[in-house]
Amino acid sequence: MIFNFIFGRHKKDLETRAQALADLDVGESAILSDLEVSPPIAEHLMNLGFVPGLVVKVLRSGPGGDPRVYRVDGTEVAMRRDLSRHIHVELIGAAAFGD
Amino acid sequence: MGASTMSCHSVAQPRGASQGGSYRTIAVVGPPNSGKTTLFNRLTKLRQKVGNFPGVTVEHHTGYIRDINGEEVALIDLPGVYSLTPKSEDEKVAIDVLTGKMPGTPAPDAVILVLNSTNLHTHLVLAARVIALGVPTLVLLNMADELHKQKGHVDVLSLARELGTPVALVSATTGEGLVAVQNFLASATPNPEPLELPVVGSTRGYREWAVRVGKNAGYQRPATPVWTARLDAAFLHRIWGPVIFAVVVIGVFQTIFALGQPLSNLLQKFLDSTGVAIGNHLPSGMFQSLIVNGVWKGTGSVLVFLPQILLLFLVIGILEDSGYLSRAAVIADRTMSRVGLNGKSFIPLLSAYACAVPAIMATRTIESKRDRMATILIAPFMTCSARLPVYTMVIAAFLPNRPLIGPFLGTRAVAMLGLYVLGFVMAVLTARLLKSTILRSKDAPFILEMPPYRWPTLASLGLRLVDRGKAFLYRAGTVIMLVSLLLWAATNFPMHHGQPPAVQDSVVAKVGHAIEPGIRPLGFDWKIGVGLLTSIAAREVIIATLGTLHGVDPESHSTDLQAALRHELTPAGAVALLVFFAFAMQCMSTIAVVRRETNGWKWPVIQFSYMTAVAYIAAFAAYNIVGHFVR
Repeated sequence: MIFNFIFGRHKKDLETRAQALADLDVGESAILSDLEVSPPIAEHLMNLGFVPGLVVKVLRSGPGGDPRVYRVDGTEVAMRRDLSRHIHVELIGAAAFGD
Repeated sequence: MGASTMSCHSVAQPRGASQGGSYRTIAVVGPPNSGKTTLFNRLTKLRQKVGNFPGVTVEHHTGYIRDINGEEVALIDLPGVYSLTPKSEDEKVAIDVLTGKMPGTPAPDAVILVLNSTNLHTHLVLAARVIALGVPTLVLLNMADELHKQKGHVDVLSLARELGTPVALVSATTGEGLVAVQNFLASATPNPEPLELPVVGSTRGYREWAVRVGKNAGYQRPATPVWTARLDAAFLHRIWGPVIFAVVVIGVFQTIFALGQPLSNLLQKFLDSTGVAIGNHLPSGMFQSLIVNGVWKGTGSVLVFLPQILLLFLVIGILEDSGYLSRAAVIADRTMSRVGLNGKSFIPLLSAYACAVPAIMATRTIESKRDRMATILIAPFMTCSARLPVYTMVIAAFLPNRPLIGPFLGTRAVAMLGLYVLGFVMAVLTARLLKSTILRSKDAPFILEMPPYRWPTLASLGLRLVDRGKAFLYRAGTVIMLVSLLLWAATNFPMHHGQPPAVQDSVVAKVGHAIEPGIRPLGFDWKIGVGLLTSIAAREVIIATLGTLHGVDPESHSTDLQAALRHELTPAGAVALLVFFAFAMQCMSTIAVVRRETNGWKWPVIQFSYMTAVAYIAAFAAYNIVGHFVR
């Protein structure tokens, strides 16, 4: 049980990788596509700059890999993986605005 | 003026028309980290007062400036908000004030909106919402100096055209461009036309609009300051981050202990000698005793905390204004998440090791109301400096000091350490209990903006100290004065032939006797009971009380008092007493400050009851378990 819980995440194949913000590595950028969180949290995130269509970059990671600091349009924001797992992104390639 | 007249005023009269085309009240709005407070301080030149809005814990400052005609204009500094959806208490307050719904606060005639020019796209979203309210608005793009330095650009005239409001590029630190405020006051229009911005309803729509407006105004975002990136590389580093964090934490701790404690002692000596001096100038008798022992000593027991409080707020102020506190929260978050709290609770809990009073005041940096409450409720479990004299006394009386590991770590030190751990464990357990029951907050994840690093300004640090110092003295002081007077009366009545009774005949002793059956199961007699009662004033007071009851001066005859304690308590009772002090909320300063910070008696009553219950049960268990082994 616990082993699956700890190691399971790394076994994801390439296709599902980088679908969530939490799956990006430090230094990687992607385009925000969908915030799968409750409306007040989505609202707060968007007020900070996490608006779908904008480019988000994983700036750095706190000790132990959680929380991590992200940058969107000049704003730097720290959040835990339990949240960034629910923020969906698309890998760079599509058109982005604002960055 | 009553609330009803206010609401009438705001409905009946169009805004801005109140005094023949001049603004009387202006609200200052802006997102967190926009430098709004620095700007407010600069504009009002520190001519301001603090107040609480009715019914909420949100605090606000009102400052005053003069327009060209010399008329006084009130500026209300609203809490920093990202948007105007009533999500948090801060935002609700901001909306209520802006729309004139806040009782006791007049609807503002105009708004000064402070935005961070280095982060315009994000902040223009708030601009759209504020401008849409239809109140005359001046948009100040703050941090012009940083914008220029980092090669950013914005065309103020185009932006003003886009927004339909006056816009000025200013710097709160250098004072650049602030003449715009005077121009705004001079150009007050009696009947402003409500503005219509081409904005779609959703936040995404707002955002797209903001980017478009920024583009039309030739906005170029400045590069991230090199130093911020460099410092973050160190402060959030895998290894160096926690090391620097530990150094900062020890530094905070050291400052309060090594610097604050001697200052407190000095102040205590000063207060004692002034007390004696005052006493000498008064005719001896009840009145002298009331002033010296009731008023002066009671208030003095609180005043001595002031140096520690001011030092703590100075250190926290530097950490917060410089931007490090946000990084510290990131470092501490992982550990704090295990007890269901987040990184923002760390500094208050650390401060509580010095004193719970400043710690509880420091919880204001926690945005989530439930997390803040949980932090307030567990802070007094941390072993504060007032417990130390009690611990030292009891341990010295019962535990012979034998070296355990080398010459440094003896049995007494281990016992002391154990009591620290005990308090911490109970804090963790209580946090878990609270966060899984009444203060469960699934919807408050850890989201924290990392502001660029800045030099803290002396004015804002100084102002914070004055604020916190005043708040502590005025508000906590009133409650403490009352409790001190009650305790004084209880030890000085009933009188015999105009003389106060011996302690064992006083009201407090009667109460002590009355509660004796209740504390007997913990191994305490009525004398300890009296000590428990008087120690509600402050924990260390129990030593003086026991000294009086046994007829020994605790200062000069501490060994005699230890002997008296050994006579009075069994070893098991001594352990029970230590456990009781580790858990009980024996501190009226803390009670008063919790009342102030939570704006009511509900939480302090719950907290006091809970902690006393925990202390009672734990002391009872300790007495019986230890009593079983030690005779």
